[in-house]
Amino acid sequence: MTDEQFLEYVQGGGQVETHDEMPDEYRAKLIKFIEMHGNSELMGVLPEREWILRAPTLQRKLALTAKVQDEVGHSQLIYRVVEDLGKPREQCLDDLISGKSKFHNVFHYPTKTWGDVGVIAWLVDAAAIISQKALLKCSYAPYARIMKKICWEESFHILHGRDVILTMMNGTDEQRELVQEALDRWWGPLMQFHGNPIPKEDDPMYVWRIKSQGNGEARQQFLDGYVPQIWELGLTVPDPKLNKRDDGVWEFTEPDWDELKHVVTGHGPKTEERLGLRRTTREETAWVRRAVLAQAA
Amino acid sequence: MGAARGSRSGGVIYEVFRLERKGQPFQHAGSIEAPDAVFAEWYAREQYGRRGESVALWVVPREAIAEIDEFVDELERNYHRVDGYPLKEKLKEARARAGTAPAVDR
Amino acid sequence: MQGREQLLLSIADDELILGWRNSEWTGIAPFLEEDVAFSSIAQNEVGHARALYELVARDLGTTADELAFDRRPDEYQCSELVELRLVPDWARTIARHYLYETADEQRIKALMESEDLEVAGLAAKIDREEAYHRMHAHMWFDRLQDEARFVEALEELRPLVERRGEHIAEFAHLWDEMTIVRRSVVGATW
Repeated sequence: MTDEQFLEYVQGGGQVETHDEMPDEYRAKLIKFIEMHGNSELMGVLPEREWILRAPTLQRKLALTAKVQDEVGHSQLIYRVVEDLGKPREQCLDDLISGKSKFHNVFHYPTKTWGDVGVIAWLVDAAAIISQKALLKCSYAPYARIMKKICWEESFHILHGRDVILTMMNGTDEQRELVQEALDRWWGPLMQFHGNPIPKEDDPMYVWRIKSQGNGEARQQFLDGYVPQIWELGLTVPDPKLNKRDDGVWEFTEPDWDELKHVVTGHGPKTEERLGLRRTTREETAWVRRAVLAQAA
Repeated sequence: MGAARGSRSGGVIYEVFRLERKGQPFQHAGSIEAPDAVFAEWYAREQYGRRGESVALWVVPREAIAEIDEFVDELERNYHRVDGYPLKEKLKEARARAGTAPAVDR
Repeated sequence: MQGREQLLLSIADDELILGWRNSEWTGIAPFLEEDVAFSSIAQNEVGHARALYELVARDLGTTADELAFDRRPDEYQCSELVELRLVPDWARTIARHYLYETADEQRIKALMESEDLEVAGLAAKIDREEAYHRMHAHMWFDRLQDEARFVEALEELRPLVERRGEHIAEFAHLWDEMTIVRRSVVGATW
């Protein structure tokens, strides 16, 4: 199959399995995209894990532990797919820690209160699930298949997020203030989450049908689904331009795309610290992997 | 199912199959890396059963699985396929002979 | 507080604090598959704590969450072993896991003989889950028993299994972090 034929094949809905011939560019783009997803799930654990320790009820502690466990599980599923495409897990982890590979913007920011815990599970996970649902139709079948499990597990996270938020909104003034304050801080990163609005025909991810949706489309879906949920609780969104037009399109203040680029290239407020934690714990546990995995037949 | 069994430092890859409920077939669920079969069972149970989503799992080393993806049919044996049995024309002819052809020829 | 409450609370506190310490490995365990598995163990422990707190809470006219989080540090009855902060030392973590599960088995089996059917029933459920913890601990013990640091860790931690009554210095910090959100808006529903 020539590259042109392959392109036609995937654009016509064709599915690709691990051992199939694929253009080098497709394989390379796939690895980079999927690897970033795996990195993001793994780095996403770090802002949330502190709050497991601080959870204010036993039920919340358990739900949050299970959520974070899912995320680690997702990174395992994802890195396995990358490994079968040709890049071993250890190399992915090396590149993550050295800053060579990227992870999503939202995981470069600090979490400050229990309000963040609610907002992340409710809105950040919602933004993620929109992208993830679009990946269910990925031309690379092994990735599409794990997305099914990932989306199923993410649906529990959103329930948990909603529950945390609604409980606080029905609670005291201080609790409501925690939610609003967290939302004010997370809105910017949320608007940047789906990436800058290049037309999907110019997005190689869409051209190869790795993604089945453009960035702008994903953002609109997010706003459509979640701004009404935000407003109906009496919360405000810190963007005076946010408005749904008569034709159904959401208007908003254009996010700072330079800031997004700056953050994902390793300059977020928490990037260094979190990668540092990964680095140290990885070094401290290297002996375990040597002792246990190296003995493998 | 999986990539080349090339050199990689690390554990053994196990493929996991899950039974969602009785009556369904076991379906491939994914793969895990583990030091050995004992660990593999643990990890499979966790990754594919912690939310009660499976009633049973099969855990198999990837190397134990033989994948077949080449099927030889050089001489195109059509008796194995539906197009080897062209019934439409023959049925039309038989109905005409018996006088039982439908009034409107579709 | 009666003897029964004391005993159940000491087990519950052990499980809560051990679950808390085991959760510190979330996201940073030696490898991903083990990270997921170890998290389930931590969740089970918190789940056991909760079930035990609920039993005691009923007798004392309070709630499981209040018992878990609203007592003063000196009122907790956990052992020194579970209070130790062991991250990022996997050898000591597994050593503690192994020692704790071995000792806990005896304790839970004794509870299964309780005349109080509710306690006996709960103990049986806990035991069925902990059978898996014991399997996991043994699995790791088999793999690490030739590692000097693991053998040393076992020797170091063994005497702490039954050390109760005093809290180690780190416990105050643990309690502080564990209750910080809850104390931020007292009496709130979370």
